This record gives sequence, C-alpha cells and structure tokens, in this order.
Amino acid sequence: MALDQKWKELPAVQSRFLFYSVAAGIVFLLLLLRLWYLQIVSYEDLQARSIRNRTRVLSLDAPRGPIFDRNGVLLVDNRPSFQVSVMRQDVENRSLLFERLSPLLAMKTSELERRWQEGKRFPIYRPVPLAQDVSRKIVERVQEHSVDLPGILIEVRPVRDYLEHGSAAHLIGYLGEITEKELQSGDFNQYRAGEFVGKTALEKKYEPYLRGEKGRRLVEVDVQGKLLRQLQMEPSTPGNKIYLTIDRELQRATDEIFAEESGAAVALDVKTGEILAMVSRPTFNPALFVKGIAGDEWRALAKDDRHPLQNKVIAGQYPPGSTFKMIVALAALREGVIGTERTIDCRGDFVVGGSRYRCWKKWGHGLTNLNKALRESCDVWFYQVGLELGIDKLSKAAKEFGLGSPTGYPLAGERSGNMPSQEWKHQHYNKPWYAGETVIASIGQGFVLATPIQLAVMMAAIANNGKVLKPQVVRKIEDWEGHLLLHPEPEIVRQLDYSAADWKTVKDGLVAVVNDARGTGRVAHLDNVLVAGKTGTSQVVRRKSDEEEKLGKDGEIPYRFRPHALFVAYAPAEKPEIAVAVVVEHGQSGGRAAGPIAKRIIQRYMELKGQVPQEQKE
Amino acid sequence: MFDRRLVSNFDWVLLFTVLIVAGIGIANLFSATASWQPGGTPLYLKQMLWLSGGILIALTICLVDYRHLEYFAIHLYCLGLGLLLYVLLLGRSTMGATRWINLGFINLQPGEVIKVAIILVLARIFSKTANPFGYGLFEIWKPALLLLLPVVLILKEPDLGTAMMVIFIAVSMLLFAGLKRGTLVVLGLLGTFIAVAGWFGLHDYQRARIRTFLNPEADPLGSGYHIIQSKIAVGSGGLFGKGFIQGTQSQLSFLPERHTDFAFSVFAEEWGFAGSLVLLALYFFLIVWGLYVARRAADRFGLFLAVGVTAMIFWHIVVNLGMVIGLLPVVGVPLPFFSYGGTSMVTMMIGVGLLMNVSMRRFMF
Repeated sequence: MALDQKWKELPAVQSRFLFYSVAAGIVFLLLLLRLWYLQIVSYEDLQARSIRNRTRVLSLDAPRGPIFDRNGVLLVDNRPSFQVSVMRQDVENRSLLFERLSPLLAMKTSELERRWQEGKRFPIYRPVPLAQDVSRKIVERVQEHSVDLPGILIEVRPVRDYLEHGSAAHLIGYLGEITEKELQSGDFNQYRAGEFVGKTALEKKYEPYLRGEKGRRLVEVDVQGKLLRQLQMEPSTPGNKIYLTIDRELQRATDEIFAEESGAAVALDVKTGEILAMVSRPTFNPALFVKGIAGDEWRALAKDDRHPLQNKVIAGQYPPGSTFKMIVALAALREGVIGTERTIDCRGDFVVGGSRYRCWKKWGHGLTNLNKALRESCDVWFYQVGLELGIDKLSKAAKEFGLGSPTGYPLAGERSGNMPSQEWKHQHYNKPWYAGETVIASIGQGFVLATPIQLAVMMAAIANNGKVLKPQVVRKIEDWEGHLLLHPEPEIVRQLDYSAADWKTVKDGLVAVVNDARGTGRVAHLDNVLVAGKTGTSQVVRRKSDEEEKLGKDGEIPYRFRPHALFVAYAPAEKPEIAVAVVVEHGQSGGRAAGPIAKRIIQRYMELKGQVPQEQKE
Repeated sequence: MFDRRLVSNFDWVLLFTVLIVAGIGIANLFSATASWQPGGTPLYLKQMLWLSGGILIALTICLVDYRHLEYFAIHLYCLGLGLLLYVLLLGRSTMGATRWINLGFINLQPGEVIKVAIILVLARIFSKTANPFGYGLFEIWKPALLLLLPVVLILKEPDLGTAMMVIFIAVSMLLFAGLKRGTLVVLGLLGTFIAVAGWFGLHDYQRARIRTFLNPEADPLGSGYHIIQSKIAVGSGGLFGKGFIQGTQSQLSFLPERHTDFAFSVFAEEWGFAGSLVLLALYFFLIVWGLYVARRAADRFGLFLAVGVTAMIFWHIVVNLGMVIGLLPVVGVPLPFFSYGGTSMVTMMIGVGLLMNVSMRRFMF
C-alpha cells in the first residue's frame, strides 16, 4: 500500500493524469473543429444538399389556350379527360390489382403490365397512366371499387376539344407528341417527352402563346422517393386566347355547301385581308391526333389521293383558267394595248404559229368587246389581246396582283403558284418563249398556276381598287386579364396603279358575268346583293393517249381527268366587302360546280351581316 | 462491510452526468424513430428499460468492493475467451460470422465481455508490477499475451471495431503504467509494421470501408452512402439545428442506422453546432471526471481500473464521432449511453459501476 502511494505520488505518474486529460481535450477539440467545419463553414452547401435530397418538383399541365372565331365563338377548347393512373409506390400486389382492374377498364392485364413497365422510367412519385381519356362510366366503376384498388387514382387532364370537328382543321392544325428531334433542337426547353405540341398551322405557329405556363408542385419525398406531402404549389397559367378572323357561321356554311366535293374555298374581307372563311376539302378531325393517332388511320389520311391533310387554300396549285382573264384585261388597258371598245370577231378558233386554239364556244362569240369577252368568257378575244400585250407585261401585271409568289399567309405551308415569263422559261427550260404559250397563258392555262388564296387576294385587290392585302388569320391574341398580346394590323403589300376608268371597265364586266342574262356566272346571281365574279374551268394536264383510252362508254371523263371548276367573286359590287375564291377539284364547269358555292358564301355573309344587329338587340 | 461513508462518498456527479447524456440519447432516439413504426415496444422505451437495467447493474457492482473483483478478473477473462471461442466455432459451423450468443432476453456479445475482462485483468497485473522506471520490452510479455489472445479471436469473427477497441483500451492502460523510452520506440515501430501488414490481412469489405472513408464521393450509392448522408445531416444542422423531430435527413430515412451507430448525426442535425458542443462538453467532462476518479483512487488497482474504464468510454466516443462526421472510417462502434442497444448500454453501465465503485471507496483505507 505504501508502495502504491509512492508510485502514484511520483511526478512522472502524476503528470500522466494531466497529460491524459489534455490529450483527451485535444481530441475533443479536433472533433469540435470538424463539427465547426461541417455545421458552420460548409453549412450552406450541405443544407442545399439536404434540401435536394428530400424535395422533388412535379409539373402541372397548363390548359392550352382556347381558340375563338372573330365574334368570340369558341372553336377549340379544352375538356377534362379522365385518366386512370397507378401510383406505383402504393401497390403491394400488382397482379391482383391488375386482375381486378382489367374487367373494369376492359383492358388485358398484359396491356396494363406493359404500361406499368413503361412507367418505370419515371420517378416513383409520378403516377403511371394506365388508360387515357376513359368514359365517365368507367370512372364511376373504378371509383366504386376504389377500396379494392389501392394505388389507383383518377387524374383529370386537359385535352384539346375541337368543337367544330373537321371544320377549319387546316387553319387550326393539330397536336402531336413532341419528338426526340424537337426536344433536342433547343426550342422546346420547357417540354418533356410525352407532351403534346402544335405540329401544323396555327397550333404550331402560336405554340408559345398557346401552351401556357406549367405549374409546379414542390413535394417532399423520403429516401425511397415516396411522396409524403406537398410543400409548395404554383398553379399553372392557361395558354392565351386566340381570336381568329374567321366567322364560325360562314365557315360552317362553306363546309356544308361543299358536301362531298374536293377543293378549297376562301373568303376575304376586302378592306383588311382578314380571312372570314377557309375551307379545304376533304378535311380531317384533329381530335384523332389528341390520343396519338393510330398507324392505320394516319396512313389512310396520308395516302388518300384527295389529300385531306393538305390545306388546298394555300397549297393547292391550280391553273386559274378564265378567272385569270380579268388580269389580262386590266394589263391590256393600262398598257394601252386596247381601249374599252376594242372589238374582236370571235369565230370559235384562233391560229398562231401554225397551231389552232379554240374558243370554248364552238361556233364563236361573233363581234366581242371587253365587256362581252369577260361576261361570256370569250377565249379568242383574250388570245388576241394577250398576244398583243406580250407575256412579260402580262406576267408583271399578274405578279403585282400577287400571283406567282406567296401572299404572305401568316402560317406555314403556303406555295407560290407560278407566273411564267420569258426569263422564267429560259431559266427553267433553257428554251425560248413561244407565242402559243402566251396564247394559253392568257386564259390562265399552261404554265400559270395559282392557289385559291392568291385568287382571293387578287379578287380583293380588284374590289378595293388596287390594294393587294396580306391575308390575316388572327384577329387578336389576349391573355386572361384581357391584355392584348398580338393585334395584327391590316397590311397593304402593294398599291396598284390603274386608272378609275380601267377599274370600272373590268368591274362592269365582272358584274355582267353574274348579272347579265348571258353571263357565264348567272348561277351566282343574288337578288338582294349585286355580285361581281368570274368563272373558270381549268384543264387538268393529261396526255393525248390517255384521253382516248379513258373516255367512258357514255362519254364521261374519268374523275381525275375532269377539269377543275373555279369561281372568284366579290360583293356587294357597289361597295365591296367580301372577296371569295372557290376551287372544286374536277368539278367540270366553273359556273355550275363552283358558282353555287361562292354564291352561298356571299349569301350567308350577307345574312350574318343582317343578323348581327338583331342579336345585339336581344 | 457496509459503511455509511459509502453513501456519503457516492459519486453523484458521475451518475448524473451519465444520466443526462443517456436522457438526451433517449430523447434523440424518440426523434430518430418518430417516423417509423416497426411494431412492438417503441425503441426509446426499450432503451429506457436498458438504462434502468444498466443503473441497477452499476449499483449492484457498487455493492461489492472492487478489490474482491480483482480476484475474479482472471475468471472473467477466461469466460470471455471461452465465449469467443464458442461463437467462433458455432459461427463457422452454422451461419458464418456471428458475434453474439442469443440468451433470449439479450444477445450476449463475447467482445463486450472481453472489453471489461481485459480492463480488470490488466489492472490487476499493472497494479502489481508497475514500477517507477516503466516497463522494459521483455517485462510486458504477460499483458501482451493476454491482449493478443482475444484480439486474434475477435479478428477471426471478424469484428475490426471491437478488436480495435480492445487494443486501444489496453494500450491506454499500458502507457499509463509507463514504458521505458526504448520500449516505446520499439512498440511504436512494431505497431506501425502490424498496421501496414494488417491492411493486407483485412477483408474486402473492411478495406472498402477504409477506401471509402478516404474518398466517400467515389462511391456515393455504395459504401460511401453512409458517410455522405451523415455529413449532409450533420452539416445541414447548422448553428442551431433544424429542431426536434425536424431533421429531414433522419426523419425521411436518408440517414442509415440512425438509431444506433449514426444516432449522433440525428442529434447534430436537429440541434446544430450548439447542441453538439453541449454534448461533447458533457462527454469531455465525463472523461476528465473518470481520470479524476483514477487519481483519487485508494489503490493502484482502483487507479488502473478507472483509467481502463475511462479509456473504454473515451475511445468509443472518439471512434463513433469520428466516424459519423467523416474523420474516421466506418466501423460499427456505438456512441456510449447514446446509441440504441442493450449490449452497449450494459457494458458501459458496468464500466460506470466500476468507476463509481472506485470513486466511493477512495477513503476506505
């Protein structure tokens, strides 16, 4: 014991107590330093990482902007669609769940399983869609059984609702799932795979206005990614409202009158260039594309030789035929080639360069002046005048009216048609221009091609004494607070320089076409409004050998070789408001096939004009 | 044998310090397990039971004069060795590496028994042979052998953490007993050599842990995950913490083993640097108090006993904290009085019992 005490009293041993305490203190200080480093120095970084650990951002779909007609009538809306989805994290017995769900949804379990597997590439807190756009009945059935269906939820998602079905489908366009290429292009930064974007026409062009702002839900998840609660929510902002220039009633009427015929019709406001109606037939229902169109349906649409997906108003190129004659007349007047009373004796044919060109009227029109030539569409008169004018002057005048180049239609897909000249032929065929080519160009055949929109713009320019207008499709774009985001002003591309007398001469001729007893456009006559117009029947290119072969027993020409029927018009003639261009593909006769359509459009326009004040009274 | 002085000299300071730490630990456990319901008794209640049991054991130990324990040191040591052997053989024949024996109410871990036994047996030897000049190299063959036998068996299990703890305790006691300078140098070189050679004897998972410790970000989903998540938890606590049951890392289960080895991460996340500072201060006080008890001990056996127990508590704290804050590799060492677990609690409370025993009998001679 004494030994014990002595050893313990040794300074060396005593100092060990101090040494151990100090050593322990240093170690604890080191630990504290480390804690200081983590909790104070690295705090912000580690705090941020802890937040990233536990939070996820879910996006909320924004309803796409609605589309209205010029009067605020809803054309395209969004409707809620029901989607049956499964929250993977809440499912314990998947096969049992699918067995129960299969009869309710009328889907095979293998199909459900396939969708489940597809959904695995998404984070676990994101519901996997099993069935899209299901009926209310199915929703009710699923809800009744919800107790037996853990993890199944009904989601409501906005989808495009086309209230007018196929009407104006070419103007509005359709949506489609965003492609890999689009995603990588950098123009679609806010989008993710599986979302729908505008693929054509208006839906494509105004995608940035229509898509709205996605909402965000900040949620908390645990280590397995299981969704625990919502931390924050920013609701989505719906897309902006687009008001079109078209009038739904006029659009409907145009669609109806076309019935089974193929072709195109467009009506313009002659003062503003606003498109009041725009129909391309046959049409398609854009709703098909909402669910993701099936391969067969797509092929059927794309392969149909009547081209339902093409907007023929802007992309259909037709020889304008006799509707072109008014340009020849105007150009000849301006260039001083003819006076108003220039008379030509039509004997039914015309010979130039050794070739014989016929007038449509076998026995000829006899003595013909400008008014009669337009009214009765005398070809020989125009052959002669066109030849005297020359192709280059004719071409220049036609181009001023907007033929041969795009009119400036604001949406994609417009084609330029064609207006030949000597230089053009030299460039494209490296051949000189022949007089015979001028002859047939003078009646809008041969190399001359025009789109219905070009013809409408041309007609409007005549109606308003020379203002070549840019067609408009959008009246305004508004957000939900009523702020104007876009409000296109009428745009005059060119002011044409013709004398008042020239305008009057040609316009009188156009009035006579419809209103004179011998006019070729009698069919478009209306009692209460003076219509000015011009018929056109344009040959479809065909080979000689075909002609003989394919002629049917009863003399019927096969459909695809029948000439196109055209009619252009404006009204009221005294104070024009509306210009119309109609093409009925293979309609045989401009007067008979296209005239009634133009007439109906004008008639309906006048009816609607009369109705507006009435509606306001109510 | 019972003396009034025993009551008046009872070490209340030690007991209260331990109880405060354990109390914080139980509150922390309540938070750590708040978000999951494993069924059955909640863990914080179980831990309270373990604590009560531990206090009972500690008080029971106080009843017996520690000098009587000196006699039983060698028996306990042999029992520990036997259990280690038993586990090793049983483990081989049945289910691979097993570290415990199921006694029904508690999993008896021979490693824990050895920790206590080695303290007792070394205290006994050192108290008899310590001399003013320190040990020479050839005077320590006996303690060295007594240390090496169980360490080899533990490493065979394999349980690197426990083996390290046993070595650290023994070395701390040996250094306190004193070594000649030459012996110190030789042993230092030998230790370094063994450490280097040992690297090649490590299991793959052990090596992976050390590599991960050196660069946790290299394998953030694999073995680095624990360390990264623990660092995020601790660091995101900031100065004052996220608040009780508000720690997102722990409540949302990003933190693994958050009721046992990583309990301190939960605490640091929810109470911040301020809370950590308080807890570390308590622990530091405990260590200094343990050394104080050793210094006041009535005899050399008591002194070494107290030093051993203090070393055991100290190394557990340091290795655990070092691990959860990314200073040391991940080795499964619980934080004394704080981590959930009956075995750890019982071992530590036995240690506390021994300390109190020494402390209250300081005037007994």
